[in-house]
This record gives sequence, C-alpha cells and structure tokens, in this order.
Amino acid sequence: MAVIRFTTHLVQHRPVRAIDAPGATVAEVLAAGLSDDPLLRGYVLDDQGRVRKHVNIYLDGRLIADRLRLTDAVGPASEIYVLQALSGG
Amino acid sequence: MATLWVGSRKGLFRFDDHGQGWQSAGPPAFLAGPVTAVLDDPRDGGLYVSLHHGHFGCKLHRSDDRGKSWVELAPPAYPKSDDPDAPALEFIWCFAAGGKDEPGVIWAGSLPGGLFKSTDRGQTWVLNEPLWNQPQRTAWFGAGYDHAGIHSICVDPRDPRHIVIAVSIGGVWITRDGGDSWVLGGHGLRNEYMPPDQAQDPNSQDAHLIAACTGDPDRIWCQHHNGIFVSDDGGMQWRESLEVKPSAFGFAVAPHPADRDRAWFAPARKDEYRVPVDARLVVTETRDGGETYASLSRGLPQHDAYDLIYRHALVIDGTGDRLAMGSTTGGLWVSDNQGSDWQLLSAHLPPIAALAFAP
Repeated sequence: MAVIRFTTHLVQHRPVRAIDAPGATVAEVLAAGLSDDPLLRGYVLDDQGRVRKHVNIYLDGRLIADRLRLTDAVGPASEIYVLQALSGG
Repeated sequence: MATLWVGSRKGLFRFDDHGQGWQSAGPPAFLAGPVTAVLDDPRDGGLYVSLHHGHFGCKLHRSDDRGKSWVELAPPAYPKSDDPDAPALEFIWCFAAGGKDEPGVIWAGSLPGGLFKSTDRGQTWVLNEPLWNQPQRTAWFGAGYDHAGIHSICVDPRDPRHIVIAVSIGGVWITRDGGDSWVLGGHGLRNEYMPPDQAQDPNSQDAHLIAACTGDPDRIWCQHHNGIFVSDDGGMQWRESLEVKPSAFGFAVAPHPADRDRAWFAPARKDEYRVPVDARLVVTETRDGGETYASLSRGLPQHDAYDLIYRHALVIDGTGDRLAMGSTTGGLWVSDNQGSDWQLLSAHLPPIAALAFAP
C-alpha cells in the first residue's frame, strides 16, 4: 500500500487525511484512494484526469514526471504528496 | 426586506436592507474563494455559487437555506478524450435559470467555451454538444483569458426553448429549440480589433454582455467591446448607439425589467486604459432605446476614481427601481431611485466580479 498525503490547504475544502491505497502507478493509487470522495479528486485532477496546472504531486520526494497520465511507478512503501504549487494563487 | 449577494475575489458577501438601510451581514461565505458567478433562482430560492480556486480549479456550491449552509456539487466537466490538449473546465462565467415550467433546469456558461445544462438543480451537467460542435467554434478566441468563454445566457421567459447567448469572443448565438440547434446572430455588431474587412464578421464579435428586457425579451442590449448595440428581434440584428458620452466602452448593462427603452451602463475609457473617464465614476442611462444617454453621478466618486465595473457587477432588481454596482477596487454602491442617487455601501471589499439581487 502506498500512502497519499495532502497539503493542509485542502482541509478548508474537503475532509482530507492520509490515505493508504493500492496501485502500481500514481494514477492507480489516486483512483483507489480518492474513490470515496469524487469531489476531492476534482481538486487534484482536471476533467481529463490530468494533474491540475497549479497542483504538484511528489512521489517519494520527486516531482512526478507524467502529469498527463500519471504513469510514474509506485512501490509498496511509496509516499505520494499532493501539494499546491506556489503559482496559481 | 431586500438582499444583495456580492461575489468577490475573496468570497460571497451578503448585504440586507430590513427597511432601515443596507447593512453587511458580516464575513463572507467561502472566505478567500474567488467567486465567478452567482444565481439566486427565483423559482425555488436555490442559491448557486461558482468559485475559481487558483490551485484547485472551478468549484460549485448550492444553498437551499438562503446561504446558511452549502452543499458542494460536482461542477460541469468536458467530455473525456485521449487528446493531451483536450478541454477542461476553467471556470463558470455565468448561470441562468430555465423557464418557469422547467423546475430544476440551470444553464451554465463556461471557459473554454462550453454551455452546460443541468436538469436536477446542479447535481449533474451535460455539455450542449450542438453548440460545442459548431464548425465556427474553432474560430472563437479568448479575450482577457486564454480561451473563449460564455458570459451571457438570456432565457426567454415566454418560451424557455428560445435562448440567446454571447461569447467572448465568438459572437451571439440563438436557439429556438432548447439547444438542439443554433444559429449565429449578431448581425450589425462591429469590431475594431479585427482586420477591417472582418469588422462585421458575426463570429468574431466581442459582446462583453448581453441582457434582455424581461417584459419584452426581443429587446436585447449589448455592451460590446466597441460600443453599445440594441436588438429588437431577439439578437439576430443589431443597431449601434452612435452618440454615447462619456464613453461607449464598458462591460456591463442593466436593462429595465419592464420598460424596453431604458437601460443603464458603466462606461470606462476605452480598452487600452479601462478606467473611468477623467477618473470620474458615472453610470449612463438611456430612456429612449439608445438614442440618447445621460450621465448619472450623484453619490459616485468624482475625482481620483479608478474603479472598473465588470460585466456582471451592474444589476437591477425586479421592480426596476433599485440598482447595484460593484467595482474592481472593492467599491459597492446601491441606488434606490433608478440611478439618480447612489449610496456607497463599502469602499473596502475585495474586487467584485458579480452581483445578484434576491428576487
């Protein structure tokens, strides 16, 4: 299970907490982890499932490479951080 | 009792008049959330607000208890596509309630150019494909934003299948079958930002706002990028008001709900400046269908004023007596006598994008 952690800025919008979720890619982990709150998914990804322009996703300390399809490979102990970019505010 | 909703860069404010003058209801809903559109549905009291969060995208909220509590709804979404450049909702620019005999129908105009319809009070949305698939849509382009957007939706109260919309930049479009088919109106509009031989091209007209007279919906007013125009046939043909002082440039128009010949505008020095002419904030009014205009200034700042009035920030109530106006520098004014006198409610609000009187 990977763990998804969220910026505290999201707390004012959705009841976020750290989520453990399975998956081999960032897309799969987010799909599993956000399935209980489709609205939260919309804060992270756009209509097409791409990472929002002013959101950054870090996987084990590095920005993910694929913001369109989120195919970066996730390990069983990976940490995914969903953060707001400093642009876009 | 009157209520004015104030959609601002930092949330939704409420002002009430209980018969003893206007008072702020206090801190806003959605503090720090940039409001882009507000609808107070006269049919059932539903209150709709869209936000455009800088990081987290466009959000949609509805209140069924006049703003005491809110439920977040999934906003409209563009159809899924494998194209890496496939469109996604940028923000909702306007709402419109459907007809009296269409309970729950809400329309939403958006960037990048999609018109959406909900039949269940905003719970679910469907893109209007007939408009989206118009071949001419590919020639629409952005004005102030990266992409074109729909900012005006006029639903005919006599027949809600007759809808007139306006696009910046993409002209005026008309349906008479509830959105199954569309024709391009806007004939007679004129632009100055295209090559001269395309000045009359209906598909490249930048109507900043169109608004219809409720009592005579074939009379539609247009505050265009290059002037003020009037239509008497529901948006197909337009004629230009030629003598408008101090300026024919602006974004907003508020038509009188019953008198087809009266409308109010918020002029600004034309487009390369976008500030009040001579730093004096005025409202212009026509009482003769756009033949002549008078400047109304009593109660408005007459020196050192740099307030700009956005397209959804000059509104009139259902009686036609009360006007409200909000500015980009956080000024909010109300007139209880059709614009003759204005009262400053606040000079310190966040930038104001949209106002709405409670019906």
